[in-house]
Amino acid sequence: MNIFVLLKRTFDTEEKITIANGAINEDGAEFIINPYDEYAVEEAIQLRESHGGEVTVVSVGGEDGEKQLRTALAMGADKAVLINTEDDIEYGDQHTTSKILAEYLKDKEADIILAGNVAIDCGSGQVGPRVADLLDIPYVTTITKLEIEGDKVSVVRDVEGDSEVIETSLPLLITAQQGLNEPRYPSLPGIMKAKKKPLEELELDDLDLDEDEVEAKTKVIEIFLPPTKEAGRVLEGEISEKVKELVSLLHKEAKVI
Amino acid sequence: MTKKVAVLGEIRDGSLRNVSFEGLAAARTIAEGGEILAVLVGASLGTLAQDMIHYGADRVVTVEDEKLAQYTPDGFSQAFLSVVEQEKPEAIVFGHTALGKDLAPKIASRLGCGLISDAVDVEIAGGNVVFTRPIYSGKAFEKKIVSDGIVFATIRPNNIAPLEKETSRAGEVTALSAEIKDLRTIVREVAKKATQGVDLSEAKIIVAGGRGVKSADGFSPLQELADVLGGAVGASRGACDAEYCDYSLQIGQTGKVVTPDLYIACGISGAIQHLAGMSNSKVIVAINKDPEANIFKVADYGIVGDLFEVVPMLAEEFKNLLIKA
Ligand SMILES: Cc1cc2nc3c(=O)[nH]c(=O)nc-3n(C[C@H](O)[C@H](O)[C@H](O)COP(=O)(O)OP(=O)(O)OC[C@H]3O[C@@H](n4cnc5c(N)ncnc54)[C@H](O)[C@@H]3O)c2cc1C
Ligand SMILES: Cc1cc2nc3c(=O)[nH]c(=O)nc-3n(C[C@H](O)[C@H](O)[C@H](O)COP(=O)(O)OP(=O)(O)OC[C@H]3O[C@@H](n4cnc5c(N)ncnc54)[C@H](O)[C@@H]3O)c2cc1C
Repeated sequence: MNIFVLLKRTFDTEEKITIANGAINEDGAEFIINPYDEYAVEEAIQLRESHGGEVTVVSVGGEDGEKQLRTALAMGADKAVLINTEDDIEYGDQHTTSKILAEYLKDKEADIILAGNVAIDCGSGQVGPRVADLLDIPYVTTITKLEIEGDKVSVVRDVEGDSEVIETSLPLLITAQQGLNEPRYPSLPGIMKAKKKPLEELELDDLDLDEDEVEAKTKVIEIFLPPTKEAGRVLEGEISEKVKELVSLLHKEAKVI
Repeated sequence: MTKKVAVLGEIRDGSLRNVSFEGLAAARTIAEGGEILAVLVGASLGTLAQDMIHYGADRVVTVEDEKLAQYTPDGFSQAFLSVVEQEKPEAIVFGHTALGKDLAPKIASRLGCGLISDAVDVEIAGGNVVFTRPIYSGKAFEKKIVSDGIVFATIRPNNIAPLEKETSRAGEVTALSAEIKDLRTIVREVAKKATQGVDLSEAKIIVAGGRGVKSADGFSPLQELADVLGGAVGASRGACDAEYCDYSLQIGQTGKVVTPDLYIACGISGAIQHLAGMSNSKVIVAINKDPEANIFKVADYGIVGDLFEVVPMLAEEFKNLLIKA
């Protein structure tokens, strides 16, 4: 089975976020594999374990993405591809990323492409469905279960807590929801092996793409932090006093009751 | 500049979800006096078109087909795109719901246009339609515009106030027949979870429980408090994973994103993935026995204490208040 994973390197949003020069300050920040993409990597490895084949992890971004790709290789992926856009594009959006990924994937004869359902930084959830559309293959988003037999596929999709059992076929793109699996940690031998696994680096030129074709369709005009909330009021006194005060505050001050 | 705006109405269990009406309100801002067109897609639409008109649509186009009884990306995109082809809207609004999130990127890709997802506000500024959206799990916000082409956005439920319902409003409803074919995904089965009553993403008041609730029974005082307040019960992932409640109650990055007027978090520590789903709530109350719990950092009001003591007392106190009122 020819398996591809779309992997984004993201800012760890557990971290404190600050703004410098109108952009999110990345100095000294921790970067991780987007958590939903970890589920995608894990599922891809499990698919290979049961169906054979090869897992290729693809990321669009800058040089720094290499680290997260190596982690995916250490988890057990076979190959990694970094499409480095640093020198070619200054600003991109979901259209940009999807177009680049689809252009790379179009002649790869992927049986299945696994993505995360959403990136925790920009958080649009667009890239999976956009890539599937550009490749003209079906997709199912936010899945929690995947079963493949021949080219028949049965998927459980999480729909705001309800679940749908969906039947479809390969080739297919899915996006992973939490609950799909428990991603493994890279083992020490895995980390050693990963150093020798192929990590290919491509640029837009290698994909026959012009900058025009991938030009962003949207523009960010401002980034800001939410107004700092005044420190919440932790109520004091006996429990019964606190409860009375809270009810009164919600009624008279916050006016939500 | 005036724009013709198409708004997709979203149907669940035979009625329109509130986010459809919120979409019409967003459209009123975006249109700047242009026409607001509601689009309804489904197997049997009954009188739903009238509701869209009462909430601000000037006109409604419906696409009805047996094959549209269940949402599928292929079926719904074929239906919606045939409306786009006929009507040529200059802007499009969907809800940022399971359906909207799944469908909008495909339509944007088909139309070769940009898409601004999960907007919580829309305004006209400097001649542009400007959307505000949360980024970095809600820790920051960005203002975004579409550079050229169709202005397309999905809006987060419960953030943009719907227009006043006017039952005297009238508008034309036309049916469009579209060819729905070659569906590549088929929904075989839908397991609806036992969530009765208020839709969490539309609830004005939410009482949410976390692992601190300790058992399925532990949710009953929370349910009682929610009943007194006419609200809904939600939960953290911790509570769902511990099987105290169903995943359909989950709030957060992987669960529902909610923006109620009042969010009461009981026995929830306040992990970033939970906050991503509720930090936009207008007023947040935290009840937790650990004074250091992260949830107090986003709370407007906090009570350090045992939820099993505090929650029933709160219910009692609210009952007294509401009887007086
Ligand atoms: C050249 C370039 C320049 C950019 N410049 C900026 C900038 O200046 N400011 C800014 O805020 N953003 C910039 N971006 C990022 C861009 O706006 C989005 O973050 C990106 O397109 C993904 O959208 P998302 O974060 O909403 O991901 P989602 O659509 O939420 O991601 C869903 C899934 O798609 C896959 N995916 C997403 N992104 C990638 C990726 N890069 N590689 C592989 N798989 C991926 C993952 O599986 C992910 O889980 C740039 C992107 C590119 C390609
Ligand atoms: C990719 C990913 C996605 C995730 N998505 C989500 C999501 O969508 N939603 C979500 O909620 N989480 C999500 N999580 C999980 C999240 O990181 C936390 O693990 C989870 O939110 C913790 O749940 P909790 O607060 O109920 O439990 P805990 O962190 O265990 O907190 C329990 C709290 O209860 C308090 N407590 C205990 N007893 C009492 C008592 N008697 N009275 C009062 N207080 C008491 C304790 O002091 C503690 O603060 C996600 C994680 C990952 C990795």
